[in-house]
Amino acid sequence: MAEKRIVLSNCSAIDPEDIETYLARGGFKALEKARSMKPKAIVEEIKQSGLTGRGGAGFNAGLKWELALKAKGKTKYLICNADEGEVGTFKDKYILSGDPFGLIEGMAIAGLAIGAIRAYIYLRWEYHFLMDLLRQAIAQVKTRGFLTHMDIEVFEGAGAYICGEESALMNSIEGERGESRYKPPYPPQRGLWDMPTIINNVETLMNVPHIINNGAAWFSAMGTAKSKGTKVFSVSGDVKRPGVYELEMGSSLKELVVNLAGADDIKAIQVGGSTGSIMPARMIDLPLAHESYLGSGAIVVLNSSRDIIKAVYNNMHFLNDESCGKCTPCRDGTEVIIEILGRLVQGEGMEGDIEALEDLAQTMAVASLCGLGQAAAVPLLDSVKYFRDEYTDRIEQSTFLRSYLGGKSIEVKEGLR
Amino acid sequence: MTKETNLAKKTRAGLLPRLKEAAGKNAHLSKTVMTEVANKNDLPLNEVYAVSSFYAYLPVKSVGKNVIRVCEALPCDLKDAGAVIDYVKELLGITPGEITADAKFSLEVAGCIGACDEAPAMMINDKLYGKLTKDKIAAILKTY
Repeated sequence: MAEKRIVLSNCSAIDPEDIETYLARGGFKALEKARSMKPKAIVEEIKQSGLTGRGGAGFNAGLKWELALKAKGKTKYLICNADEGEVGTFKDKYILSGDPFGLIEGMAIAGLAIGAIRAYIYLRWEYHFLMDLLRQAIAQVKTRGFLTHMDIEVFEGAGAYICGEESALMNSIEGERGESRYKPPYPPQRGLWDMPTIINNVETLMNVPHIINNGAAWFSAMGTAKSKGTKVFSVSGDVKRPGVYELEMGSSLKELVVNLAGADDIKAIQVGGSTGSIMPARMIDLPLAHESYLGSGAIVVLNSSRDIIKAVYNNMHFLNDESCGKCTPCRDGTEVIIEILGRLVQGEGMEGDIEALEDLAQTMAVASLCGLGQAAAVPLLDSVKYFRDEYTDRIEQSTFLRSYLGGKSIEVKEGLR
Repeated sequence: MTKETNLAKKTRAGLLPRLKEAAGKNAHLSKTVMTEVANKNDLPLNEVYAVSSFYAYLPVKSVGKNVIRVCEALPCDLKDAGAVIDYVKELLGITPGEITADAKFSLEVAGCIGACDEAPAMMINDKLYGKLTKDKIAAILKTY
């Protein structure tokens, strides 16, 4: 199965600085159609299509909209989450720089559906260079009279991975520390400034005009039982052709990393970023879908020369840096885990390390406040499951090395990554 | 929610952009700057500090005129981000967290900067540089 470009259909086909080129390709036809529909009908269409959140969590987008539509509030907000901070993910950057109008049209339709009059694009600071392009695109859409029902403001982040988490993101817009909130209430009931709020990923919103144009049945004919449509993937690591690829949901990992990205030596693949699963090469025939593995669509390939423990250590170091610090399991759990993994990476493992890691990971998975801490355990537990030999070998080698050195430990350096 | 807390919340709206503006281009948020923001927005200084210190790009400690951020997340690490950091260290004589004597550069390591297909990568201020090599790094630094 080759690439199937729906979300990316306009990327490199239009001039992102010129709305005329977008209109020439049928742009804003979907918005026009949506204007003739009742909000409830728009929501129903999206719900029926089976569109799910593309940021990683995979919640039914139409269901989320329905909650916001039914919720009562003086104002309702729409937020496009463009705080693409997940390790190995760069697809939204590609989409935003190639087709800003598609996103604005998707947002305009979402605004009609839930009755939002104010919207934000929360753009990560690292993508500052896209700021002018987005603002200019919004201005052009306004000038052409397509954005009469809602204002869109680009809000720039200030460097915090956790702000990709929806409640932390809202805190950030409100001028607070970007810490996660306790849930419930969920954003569709009480979100930004306690008003009903919908937060959708860039890619999720990009699908909306296509669904309105072609119908829910067209969309739900693609993909698997629980994962409809296509998914945009970011592939990096040990591959010949790193980049952004769009495939129908349910396509195999092999199709993506071998056939498209050109990987020829695979030891392991991490799917979903720093909190994503790490799987051995033999699992390469797995379908990419919510039912198996997907996340944000970040794929990092590791070749046979790579140290799995070091890769997990790198992930955990990142999560430890980015943990907001509000809840103890995540704040302290990541800290203790990098201590143990840091020792293992440097050949200073000890009996009981694997059990301690499993214990910590399982505690974090059930006791953390938000997705960061809950999912931080995933790559660690996966690596212990699929690459247990590497851990036991490392510990045995460490024990041998200590006996060789007459019981002395090797010096473990701080801050290694 | 009472009327008062609602009002308090509203004064905080847009604090991030205001802090960014106050900091100016690549300057850090000194106590003086934070005090000004606090007074202008009717917020206690400790609240302003609490928010500033949370975000990586609202620096509360002084930084160089140009801030170099070398990505060391997994995709860049696989492409030897360590060597990039070592080479920048060698060229500038500073380690991450330090500022050069002439205050022209400061060096930091970053989480994922979203340039995994161009790894190894770094940012200088808000400009991205990918597919780094020793020659490229030396040439880039000369342009500042």
